[in-house]
Amino acid sequence: MPVSLEDVDHIARLARLGLTDEERTALRGELESILGYVEQLAKLDTGGVEPTASMRDDSTPTRPDRTSNDDDAEKLVERAPDRQGTYLRVPKIIEASE
Amino acid sequence: MSSSAPSTIDAASRALAAGELSATDLASAMLDRIAAVEPTVHALLTVTADRALADAREADRRRGAGESGPLLGIPIVLKDLFATDGIRTTCGSRILEHYVPPYDADAVTRLARAGAVLVGKANMDEFAMGSSNENSAFGPSRNPWDPGRVPGGSSGGSAAAVAAGECLGALGTDTGGSIRLPASYCGVTGLKPTYGRVSRYGVTAYASSLDQVGPFAHTVRDVSVLLGAIAGHDPRDSTSAPQPVPDYVAALTGDVRGLRFGIPAEYFADGIATAVEKSVREAIETLRGLGATVVDVSLPHTSYGIAAYYLIATAEASSNLARYDGVKYGHRAKRGADELLEMYRHTRDEGFGAEVKRRILLGTYALSAGYYDAYYRKAQKVRTLVRNDFRRAFETCDLILTPTSPGTAFRIGEKVADPLAMYLSDVFTVPTNLAGLPGLSVPCGFDEAGLPIGLQLLAPPFEEADLLRAGDAYQRATDFHERRPAEIGAASGGRSEASEQQSA
Repeated sequence: MPVSLEDVDHIARLARLGLTDEERTALRGELESILGYVEQLAKLDTGGVEPTASMRDDSTPTRPDRTSNDDDAEKLVERAPDRQGTYLRVPKIIEASE
Repeated sequence: MSSSAPSTIDAASRALAAGELSATDLASAMLDRIAAVEPTVHALLTVTADRALADAREADRRRGAGESGPLLGIPIVLKDLFATDGIRTTCGSRILEHYVPPYDADAVTRLARAGAVLVGKANMDEFAMGSSNENSAFGPSRNPWDPGRVPGGSSGGSAAAVAAGECLGALGTDTGGSIRLPASYCGVTGLKPTYGRVSRYGVTAYASSLDQVGPFAHTVRDVSVLLGAIAGHDPRDSTSAPQPVPDYVAALTGDVRGLRFGIPAEYFADGIATAVEKSVREAIETLRGLGATVVDVSLPHTSYGIAAYYLIATAEASSNLARYDGVKYGHRAKRGADELLEMYRHTRDEGFGAEVKRRILLGTYALSAGYYDAYYRKAQKVRTLVRNDFRRAFETCDLILTPTSPGTAFRIGEKVADPLAMYLSDVFTVPTNLAGLPGLSVPCGFDEAGLPIGLQLLAPPFEEADLLRAGDAYQRATDFHERRPAEIGAASGGRSEASEQQSA
């Protein structure tokens, strides 16, 4: 599976990951090599095989949907890089995301 | 003091109960040992000296008030992805370099309740992604048997700390072998419990359908004590299992007569080191001599495990690591301060190391439009085939016996330039995670360079008691788990007592 620099840029954009030119070039080759390795899965006949998404054979357990006010807002927000009161402050959001 | 301090939880627990030793003395001895060996081993990212002494005083007070218990006053370390209230928790990453959690992980709470003494937070591959510890943003841990070699990963610091005598037990996590591989490379005992056996509340997620918490120690008996303390249902982790927790120590009868061990030919294929195969085959004979039965089994999809794992694990990682965005906690880049998407990109560029970026991109690729069916969904189907292999094998055996890894600890730097070669270190451990099974690694020999070799035992889900009984019986018959590295000092050439014994 050939991987182009444009492919790397595309998935880096999806992953919100900035890359230096050096990283872009290295990652292109590495991803190509790893994807080449996983190609072997294509040889396996998986017709009629159900995918495994979870190790639990039963359904996800439920719990009562109760709210609580145990969390201390200050304790949680004090770890934020930028804040105003108990709000998290972020840079402005322009247009819609691409 | 360190040379006379007990080196197992069992021995320390007896000495503490008999009043021959106080928890405070033991904690001080460990802190001395840490100070002596850390410049060489670098197993710890944070030494919690004040906390250790406070925990130890509390343990002594509780004992004085009539309490007892196998972990009361026992010094332990935690892989640095267990949230510890008020203590820095970095996950081996720059992005969390200064992160101090506001709460404890469930396993941490349970160990504290049992009276364990926290002496440090252990080094690890960044976000548990790695097989060598070289992906730690803070420099790798070194193997106590040879400081020129890796301790294995990703829980390499936890394994190295036990091997170097910096603690008596440790916790790690295992997503594709991250407990068993370093246990094998460092000559200690490590257990990956069944998926869901231990709560992951407060444990930083890497790949959520695979991650599981587990213990390290020198002996199976000690590992059984630790598992008993941390296992059990936790309503805060919806994947934690409701099954009752048996008395794992009571299961250690020493009797393996009639127990059927399955030997899969696929785990003795090309690429396995001669010394590894020899030691594991000797272990089979040891168990046979104890009255166990040995049968051939087949796990035909073994060789597809790594490919399926690196698609599933990276896909889940790309989602789990989306939370590190410079908004709620952790590092935020100064660059891009006037636009949100730019801030995300710079934050994640500055905060993540090369392997984490590689895996996020691979996982994003596997999940992206047009590739989902060919990669992610295909890998999930192969996962079903791997799981079915084990189901069929366990119809004719109780436990499966394999090498933990095809080789022994490699040199620092040896595989850094080739991610795929690094991934293949996990070829014998990854299938267990894909199937959600418990796996135990115990020391079973040394190679010609004096490096430890690990024996892996696997069991059906929630059959940890059988696994531990077999491992304990093996350790009663052998002494590999009692060997210790040569004195670790500055500028050690890495020669060990064992290597001298081996070459003598």
